[in-house]
Amino acid sequence: MRASLPWQIALALLAVVTGGVLQLATAPGGGPGNVWPALGLVALAAAGTLTMGGRPVAQAVLLFIGAHGAAWLLLSGVAGHEGQAGASFYLALSGAWLLAWRCVTVLSMLKPASPNEKRLLGLIIPLIFGAWVLILWEAIVRGAGIPFLLLPPPSAIAERIGVSTAVLAADFRQTVLKAVLAGYIIGCGAGFIAAIAADRFVFLRRGLLPIGNMAAALPIIGVAPIMVMWFGFDWPSKAAVVVIMTFFPMLVNTVVGLSASGHMERDLMRTYASGYWPTLFKLRLPAAMPFIFNALKINSTLALIGAIVAEFFGTPVVGMGFRISTEVGRMNIDMVWAEIAVAALAGTLFYGVVALVERAVTFWHPSIRGG
Amino acid sequence: MDSFQSKIVPVGTLLAILVVAWYAFAVVLNGPFQRDLDRRAGETPGQLEFLMRTWSQPKPTLPAPHQVAQNFYKSTFTVKPWSNRSLIYHAWVTLSSTFVGFAFGAALGILIAVGIVHFASLDRSLMPWIITSQTIPILAIAPMVVVVFASIGITGLFPKALISTYLSFFPVAVGMVKGLRSPEVMHLDLMRTYNATRPQVFWKLRVPASLPFLFASMKVAVAASLVGAIVAELPTGAVAGIGAKLLNGAYYSQTIDIWAALVAGSLVAVMLVALVGLAGRITDYAMGGRPA
Repeated sequence: MRASLPWQIALALLAVVTGGVLQLATAPGGGPGNVWPALGLVALAAAGTLTMGGRPVAQAVLLFIGAHGAAWLLLSGVAGHEGQAGASFYLALSGAWLLAWRCVTVLSMLKPASPNEKRLLGLIIPLIFGAWVLILWEAIVRGAGIPFLLLPPPSAIAERIGVSTAVLAADFRQTVLKAVLAGYIIGCGAGFIAAIAADRFVFLRRGLLPIGNMAAALPIIGVAPIMVMWFGFDWPSKAAVVVIMTFFPMLVNTVVGLSASGHMERDLMRTYASGYWPTLFKLRLPAAMPFIFNALKINSTLALIGAIVAEFFGTPVVGMGFRISTEVGRMNIDMVWAEIAVAALAGTLFYGVVALVERAVTFWHPSIRGG
Repeated sequence: MDSFQSKIVPVGTLLAILVVAWYAFAVVLNGPFQRDLDRRAGETPGQLEFLMRTWSQPKPTLPAPHQVAQNFYKSTFTVKPWSNRSLIYHAWVTLSSTFVGFAFGAALGILIAVGIVHFASLDRSLMPWIITSQTIPILAIAPMVVVVFASIGITGLFPKALISTYLSFFPVAVGMVKGLRSPEVMHLDLMRTYNATRPQVFWKLRVPASLPFLFASMKVAVAASLVGAIVAELPTGAVAGIGAKLLNGAYYSQTIDIWAALVAGSLVAVMLVALVGLAGRITDYAMGGRPA
């Protein structure tokens, strides 16, 4: 057992001491409240962890409570004192942040035996990081009094989401449920069929593959204004953009995936006197599934981007891209952030659903079996 | 001869089919309007005459390839490169923010990757977010970034480059993490037997091993960076750049202009990717890699 002082703890204690000195110097009643309790909590937690060397779990719990309790105190103390935060406030904040960092470090060094604990740990660590992005954002924006126009604090964005749920839901329906889903299904389906055709005819494959590879680099999103002219302002034009954007990744990945099955397996199918189609369905398509799902995942993001950007070129008065571009013009930045939060959530969910289906379909693949 | 047989002939054939299909679609899409025009003018053109007319409308639904080529040639080679009508000028505006954004994005991506490889806590906490952030339609914030910066008086290159940075650092970070971790255990063990320090392992083993990954991901990043720059030009009120050209064309239904801008954007993209590829090959050669 090495008796050592982790640098995060050392820095946190230093921050507490300097923060305390500076807080003594400030006039009472000026600046955000709760700095003293926060400083105390950070100091207690930091000192406490030093006494429990051999018990990392207890350390982590204490650090977690200390860091987030202090952060909560600071955030509730800043209300009514926006823009008046002094150095002691930031020192207390950075002290709490260092504790959180130490907490993550301690957690990262844990080697849990059971897979469930491992999964839980793999969830907690990034969640702490994400929470601290929000905490620092909130505390700095409100502590320094950054103009609302420039960057609204997360709490204001959350409030806005709560207030305008109906508008956000309508935009979500228009953009995601109509344009993205339709375009995604048609685009991926077309890419898949083209890939099967390219696989059947060598000449087609040799011609299509270089073109498809090149198309990955092209700014395809630029066809959006043309599609709006062809298919009108409503969602079909957005779906068309999505179709074009998702077609090529699907084509290229499926063609590559179809050659993923091994020679041995293909020879085995030959000895069974299996024709092209039975071989395709029973061997080569299942073997290509990891590649196909890779394309489906890439496309889930591309589809959302395509639909939202296409809406910048003209829409009916509903849709996520429309809302973003008009609310930016009206300087309702919190509404824009709310829309972006919804878009991010939609994108993550979409990706997550595809990933779940992938786990179910390619259960045999080493990357999933082993994990 | 082999690559001629296996590559150029099929690609060329497909492209030729594409051009023919394009002309056919131009007839189909522009036909109704042309018939309408002819009827109003009281003319009854012959079949061939009708075809020619659908391929030479001033604002066609789908311009024929030669119209796009003419417009592209005219606005690239016949006007002064620094005039507002020149595609070279607009491409340069887009390219400059692409370059700045890409340079910062690549640097940031490499830095993050180095941090992730060396700090376990960063790896555990940051990596899941980097992967999650890939699933977020980042381009959606482009207009906001541009407008918010404009509201505090920062316009021009910087906001656009910021979006390009944001788009291009993800692929580089992910690729570099993979690359810096690519040395095999054998090689790492060898470095241990040499009593190599951590910086030595980093510079002499990890960095050289990561370069192929770096260039592969930089190809993706530079294309993403260009898309970011183009989209960032949309909300600026269409001042200059490929994106502005697209938006202007959309406002005034100048379809030929849109297509020409698209061609210019695609050429720029191909050029950028080729440049990164070339840099990769030169680096590979300088490090002693020889074609097998």
